[in-house]
Amino acid sequence: MSTETKNGNGGAPQRAGGAETLTKGDFQSDQETRWCPGCGDYAVLSAVQQFMPELGIPPHKIVFMTGIGCAGRFAYYMDTYGMHGIHGRAPALATGLASTREDLSIWVVTGDGDALSIGGNHLIHALRRNVPIKILLFNNQIYGLTKGQASPTSELGKITKSTPFGVSDHPFNPVALALGAEATFVARTIDRDRRHLSDVLRAAAQHEGAALVEIYQNCPVFNDGAFAALTEKEVKDANQIRLEAGQPIRFGVEGERGVVRASDGSLKLIDAAEVGEEALVAHDPTTADGSLAYSLARLADDPTGPTPIGIFRDVRRPVYGRGAGSEEDTSSESELDELLHAGDTWTIA
Amino acid sequence: MTKAVEERERVVVRFAGDSGDGMQLAGTRFTDATAVLGNDLATLPNFPAEIRAPAGTLAGVSAFQIHFASRDILTPGDTPNVLVAMNPAALKANMPELEGGATIIANEDSFSKRNLEKAGYESNPLEDGSLTAFRVHRIPMTTLTTRAVEAIDGASTRDAGRAKNLFALGVLSWMYGRPTDVTERWIERKFASKPAVAQANLAAFKAGWSFGETTELLDVQYRVPRATDVPPGTYRNVNGTQALSLGLIAASVRSRLQLLLASYPITPASELLHELSRQERFGVATIQAEDEIAAAGMALGASFGGRIGVTATSGPGMDLKAETIGLAVALELPMVVVDVQRAGPSTGMPTKTEQADLLMAIYGRHGESPLPVIAPSTPGGCFDAAFEAVRIAIRYRTPVILLSDTFLASSSEPWRIPAVEDLPDIDPAFARARAGETFQPYVRDERLARPWALPGTEGLQHRIGGLEKADITGNISYEASNHARMTALREAKVAGIADEVPPLEVDADPDASLLVIGWGSSEGTIRAGARRARLEGHKVALAHVHNLNPLPPNTGDVLRAFDRVLVPEMNSGQLAMLLRSRFLVDVESFCKVEGQPIFASEIEREIIARTAARNGGSK
Repeated sequence: MSTETKNGNGGAPQRAGGAETLTKGDFQSDQETRWCPGCGDYAVLSAVQQFMPELGIPPHKIVFMTGIGCAGRFAYYMDTYGMHGIHGRAPALATGLASTREDLSIWVVTGDGDALSIGGNHLIHALRRNVPIKILLFNNQIYGLTKGQASPTSELGKITKSTPFGVSDHPFNPVALALGAEATFVARTIDRDRRHLSDVLRAAAQHEGAALVEIYQNCPVFNDGAFAALTEKEVKDANQIRLEAGQPIRFGVEGERGVVRASDGSLKLIDAAEVGEEALVAHDPTTADGSLAYSLARLADDPTGPTPIGIFRDVRRPVYGRGAGSEEDTSSESELDELLHAGDTWTIA
Repeated sequence: MTKAVEERERVVVRFAGDSGDGMQLAGTRFTDATAVLGNDLATLPNFPAEIRAPAGTLAGVSAFQIHFASRDILTPGDTPNVLVAMNPAALKANMPELEGGATIIANEDSFSKRNLEKAGYESNPLEDGSLTAFRVHRIPMTTLTTRAVEAIDGASTRDAGRAKNLFALGVLSWMYGRPTDVTERWIERKFASKPAVAQANLAAFKAGWSFGETTELLDVQYRVPRATDVPPGTYRNVNGTQALSLGLIAASVRSRLQLLLASYPITPASELLHELSRQERFGVATIQAEDEIAAAGMALGASFGGRIGVTATSGPGMDLKAETIGLAVALELPMVVVDVQRAGPSTGMPTKTEQADLLMAIYGRHGESPLPVIAPSTPGGCFDAAFEAVRIAIRYRTPVILLSDTFLASSSEPWRIPAVEDLPDIDPAFARARAGETFQPYVRDERLARPWALPGTEGLQHRIGGLEKADITGNISYEASNHARMTALREAKVAGIADEVPPLEVDADPDASLLVIGWGSSEGTIRAGARRARLEGHKVALAHVHNLNPLPPNTGDVLRAFDRVLVPEMNSGQLAMLLRSRFLVDVESFCKVEGQPIFASEIEREIIARTAARNGGSK
């Protein structure tokens, strides 16, 4: 079919005919957005629509697949192809599409309940298979659409409608989980930092294979301020540990703090002046051994203090479905005839 | 010495032994030789769910039955004429189904004190006179096989022990004059990389054949002439799984769409994954998914992209797929769900057959979510059903459930190979952009099918999802009248398929007052049972349903044309319930829920109980 031209990397930036002239407007559907006023989803949607033209992929080559939850509505607002699926199953739906249509750029939008609770199995398997899909995990640490129950990322002790005496289930750390699932690209960013968000999305799009991007997303109705430590002007510089490839990991208002490896092998936060620049751990997301990425993920279990953001891991591994058949490969009538007659046959006149 | 040759019209042979004795292999080899000889045949494997149940116990008995004849065969046979018993447990487990006069061929080497105890025998039935009603042949198969194999360079004692099934096969092949070259070629091919094992198996097979020919133990050779009443054409032997996979591939070729099968390992549906995963050269993609839910999702995702998305499962796997099938109903995308039914509830009896998913297939989703349901009735018929399921799925943009069962999947029969050019062309009729027009994803054609607009097509960007869609535009809608309209449209679309469902064919004796109507794999036994009743002078009408939803358009008329209607099925009366509710006809049920196919003798009995013999028998 003429609409399918293989480029070998559905997710990577391309220059298609006329695509240079794409604008944010080309990615905005005619549907009215219906998230609550002040929802972090608006910021992410706007950033995605703004950044999409940069990829140079025309909207008809892009597919957004979503699960259930507030984030699930995302598909309706992009003027691309879209499928609003069922709770937790978007990675499975996307795997079926990605493994047979390598000409498409496929994005999955999901939430913490969708991806980590009901859809946990699909998420980890899409990551370990390295399916060429970009998964944007909107983490607001709460169930929003069902009006305020604890999610698998809700912090211990949190009072919610379903946990009047406080959350007692230990939360997931999505970045650590994705690393444990052998994801080849894992990043974390924040809804309110458009530049950082766009940079991370760009890197995810460049990545061949599965990318998981955790986006801290504020729910102003049921969990307002969950990420204040990383978003509020007065405190954010002290708490954002920005990971930059090849750079020593420093943070703080003046860059006065840093990350070092302690004698027991774990990572520790320290005053940089105490140990000197050379002692600080340098970030390298491309090492095959994911232990640094994992240790960084474990630096903060919930984002109430210093928390790493950026790209934790970006490595190459064979991409799922590459080289699989396409419709051009469906056999001819004569080959079918041969298959039907395979083995011992006999003829009755 | 010259032996008598007796002619037989039909014979049922059952190979039975421990699950490690290779009975399935002996049976399938005998089947292939029988098919090539030109007998009509039907087979039924029967094995325990455990891969290796404790050796020598009743739980570990594995059996393979073949019914072959010089005229058309409808079933794998009720009771065996010949039982090959490789150990005491195999004899004991199968005794209840043997009728007096049957032949028993026993491996006497295995009737040791210990094996007899394990099977629960207090004395050796080969010696205590308890088998006087049968023709018993005691053959020291283990000893004879070992002797035949021990001279072969490189063959171990273990190889000798494992080749005794080939010895038994050799004996039976001689008894029924099966061609040896088919089996010998197979052995050479199968063990091409292990010459010593190939030699051992060949030696065992030939030793068995020679034993039959020379020993005085077996005094008669039987001849079953080739079948002559079968339509002309080229035939091969297929089981339901093979036919189903061929049907799916054929539909892929005729629609020029790639086939994607996503499946999670489950007995017995896994066999379809194994079959199709070998067909990469046909562009077939297979995914072993992380779970049943994902398998359904992957199939649907591929369908969104313009492929033929198929998922296959059995038993509890169907429960898990319900959510995704419901999404496919809302999305109105093509998808095929193969349900190889097995005995339930829950894990039930994974290797045993049943027809108890009918109402679940038609109704088993939340909300009003109609979809077409198709059920093949013979192993070869699985080809047509698979092709038709894909055709309907594409033409009507709908998920289709294909209800096979364990019996059909593993049972085999000769199949007339269709001419590729006779298979209908399937036109996916993908949506195309029209200049100046806004694309409407839920506008409908004359069959109420919506456009299939593929991602990648410029100008057709659209969003679909599980939220209720506004008619025509496909936008999200909670409007009351729209939901009612969409519900009616989805219902009418599926109901409208009846326009192209072939009418029920009725095979009726003149003046018959009893209609026997069945569905799925019981067609053969129903016809065989009716044939017997007719021979005894009973008049009966037969009909078999292949399209369960929507039903053939003349179903009501057919039911009302008879005084009594009998519905035999391997469940507690599901088709009967459907027919009663749809047509207000007082149908009667014959239900069998034993994990075993219905027997022809049971159908015969049920027909006779409801009809009076008139004009005497024609026997």
